[in-house]
Amino acid sequence: MNGMGILKGLGVTLKHFFQTYVDDIKYGGRKYIGNENFETRQGLKAQGAYTVQYPEEKLAMPERFRFVPFLVVEEPDHPDRAGHDWCTSCGICAKVCPPQCIWIVRSEDPVTKRPVPEPEAFFIDIDICMNCGYCAEFCPFDAIKMDHDYEMADYDRTGVGLHIHDKPRLSKPFSYYYDIAPTTAAEEAAGRGGWEHPDVIKEKKKSGQPVMDKPWHMLRAEDPEARAAAAAAAQAAAASASASAGPKVDMAAERAKRRQEALARHRAWKQ
Amino acid sequence: MTDMLAPVAPTELETGSALEYLKNKFPDAVKDDTRQGFGGVVIDRSKLVDVARAVRDELGYDYLSSATAVDYHGISDHMEMVYHAFRTSGGPALVMKAQTPRENAEVPSLVGVWPGADFQEREAYDLYGIQFPGHPNQKRILLWDGFDGHPMRKDWKEAYYEEDHKPFESRWPKGYVRRAEELNIFGKNVRYPADLDLSRLTDTSEQSIYSGMGLGVDVQELTAEPGQMRTDRLVVNLGPHHPSTHGVFRMVVTLDGETVETLEPVMGYLHRNHEKIGERNAWLMNIPFTDRLDYISSMGNNMGYVMAVEQLLAKGARYTPPTYRAEVIRVLMVELTRIVNHLWAIGFLLNDLGAFFTPALYAIAEREKILDFFEATAGSRLMCNYMRFQGVYKDLPERMRGTSNTLNDKIRDFNTMDYLAELINERLPRSIDELDHFLTDSEIIKTRCEGVGILPPEMGVAYSATGPLLRASGVPYDIRRMDPYSIYPELDFDICTRPNGDVYDRYLIRLDEMRESIRILKQCLPRLEATQGEDIFAGNKAIYAPRVPVGEAYGRVDNPKGELGFYVVSEGDPKGPQNPWRYHVRAPSFINLTALGQMCKGHKVADIVVILGSIDIVLGETDR
Repeated sequence: MNGMGILKGLGVTLKHFFQTYVDDIKYGGRKYIGNENFETRQGLKAQGAYTVQYPEEKLAMPERFRFVPFLVVEEPDHPDRAGHDWCTSCGICAKVCPPQCIWIVRSEDPVTKRPVPEPEAFFIDIDICMNCGYCAEFCPFDAIKMDHDYEMADYDRTGVGLHIHDKPRLSKPFSYYYDIAPTTAAEEAAGRGGWEHPDVIKEKKKSGQPVMDKPWHMLRAEDPEARAAAAAAAQAAAASASASAGPKVDMAAERAKRRQEALARHRAWKQ
Repeated sequence: MTDMLAPVAPTELETGSALEYLKNKFPDAVKDDTRQGFGGVVIDRSKLVDVARAVRDELGYDYLSSATAVDYHGISDHMEMVYHAFRTSGGPALVMKAQTPRENAEVPSLVGVWPGADFQEREAYDLYGIQFPGHPNQKRILLWDGFDGHPMRKDWKEAYYEEDHKPFESRWPKGYVRRAEELNIFGKNVRYPADLDLSRLTDTSEQSIYSGMGLGVDVQELTAEPGQMRTDRLVVNLGPHHPSTHGVFRMVVTLDGETVETLEPVMGYLHRNHEKIGERNAWLMNIPFTDRLDYISSMGNNMGYVMAVEQLLAKGARYTPPTYRAEVIRVLMVELTRIVNHLWAIGFLLNDLGAFFTPALYAIAEREKILDFFEATAGSRLMCNYMRFQGVYKDLPERMRGTSNTLNDKIRDFNTMDYLAELINERLPRSIDELDHFLTDSEIIKTRCEGVGILPPEMGVAYSATGPLLRASGVPYDIRRMDPYSIYPELDFDICTRPNGDVYDRYLIRLDEMRESIRILKQCLPRLEATQGEDIFAGNKAIYAPRVPVGEAYGRVDNPKGELGFYVVSEGDPKGPQNPWRYHVRAPSFINLTALGQMCKGHKVADIVVILGSIDIVLGETDR
């Protein structure tokens, strides 16, 4: 009969329309409260309309989700490499980057002019970045990782540090990386043979010291006092070692100066 | 003994014997392509049309898949047209090449033999400046008429040219960061000839489009006979900014009253010279760029490109084919992509019909479940960038688990294999059935779609139509069966066809294909279980700059929209920069449009929109 097809189709629409209300009644006002309901509402059992009430609700990103990269930096109280970058400025990320949005300035030792394994400056133009994740995938030191922070809308894109991310903006502690990607971090740690930077692991293995079996921020959380003492002792030892060794060059000040110079070069380009 | 055997009909010859047949028939004009890593025959361009006709009529290669140009500037200083012809009954390609000097480049047009060469030759003219005597409508297709030069020539440099090959020198170790627009302030980015007076400049770029179309309406004539219904010829522009064109696509239509007389597609509004970018890129860098072609089905695009480069890699010594598990995962991803694409296509076909967004949103809601899986596995919902040479990016995660990062984050946590099993066995079949129930019998859809935009099978093959468009016309041509790749030979599925070739059949065939995809996916699940824990990558994954041996390759996959082919050429110093010498995309969305004008003839204006919707184009791929 003519018209039956349309009625059949409208039946489907009606079903969808009612399913949404049936769903509301089923949850009895608790639809938007609690995580368990959310999982069902956003899973394969979902019926009716299953919109997410952004920004009151947000879908947590899965571990592998990739957005604009960040640089992994060691915790400020890490016993071996407190506050240091994991990046050794080897340049592989800049070479593999498809839109070429990574610029790295390699640092030199001010006295010997030999390269120092830590970047002096690091820029990523996030307007060009296509979020492919190659930098993180091919970094041999697990030093650059893809972020989960997707709320980056801006009124202005031209200012320094706004959409050209510089090193302070890019740097995030290792604990942050562990938070957003625990499984991947564990896989990578297993690949490296420990939770420290690959260079530290290599040295520790050479000298027979034990490597960490957990990331530093977790060890610290388990036994704060002892760990704090260990960190302080390690730092003091490192400070005395550097004080007793060689010519008096304030590396930190020197680096800061060079970083400022790189930024100034960048500003000059803009003008 | 041999003379007792019945002579083999030329249409049944194997590719190798077919080439011998050609060489015997045209001893002066046809020669083997003897360059290292290359195949097929080189044809004297003066005899090209005759040879092509013999290839089509005597040898039975009725379907021209790809026609493209290569510029060998600096290597042998000639340009070359490369043709890949196939038989619709199946089998590998017959590769033909015609060479021409770079100055006054000229190759006779093959539009008379394969009408499907129409757009592809126009593209070669546009981007390479090769003249095609005999082409009925030779003009630019992707760039505007006033464009200076032919950008795919190797000696042409773009506005923000930095270097020939990535990686660029300025990135490391001195890192001189800057934006491209800071390099070139607006207004100084163009060079005008010295004798040009800008104030007197008039735009003549579109005259060729309108010439012969009877531009404008003579109002005097219309009002001359009052009281009588009269129609007149009228030129209407549909698009480029029109919601029904699925992007920035324009159709210049001549109407008689409301009936279409001629239709000319105008494209290129989203053109970004993808292929030039691809030639600047290193091999690996192109994978994320292929995502941006047909952004609805990026997994399929990855697969096509990766397969093309793997063919090249296989010419070298150190190549291991992808592991079995990698192939299973690839097929899983590609078939899920097919469902995503067809859901999208059906939803938006209904939009074009006027069923505004209810069917589209139902379809998108189902698609969302697949994208959740893509996001957890590949890291992104649309721009998947998942396949790699000799493998895939990462194995399926054990759990699809969100990690809380910002305020108000809600966590979902599913076991991946359970999720997949439920998705494939329960949710997707149910929603496809529901879509079927919802739309198929609707009288409105039948009245609007049946008998509209008919593409006869012979015409479909001649115009190089592919994918659902061709199969809806009753031609059972599916690359997964006809020129099999990956693990498709061992999978059990049917090639869907529909007999009528109208818009309604193109809708139905998408439903059929989704059901076949479900069949394939159901066979993938036990294979995934069986190969759990096996390697997904063959070879050393840390190599970011693979050495690609010299040669050419044509990788083709049956993408949801049709045949997606990648013609790649590797040339030059094996120790030098590792970049594709030629990277060509045979885009189904682009070539399927060749027949659009013919299909729309005689229909009403409102039907144009529906016919275009039933072809299912994505402008990212059409314009490249």
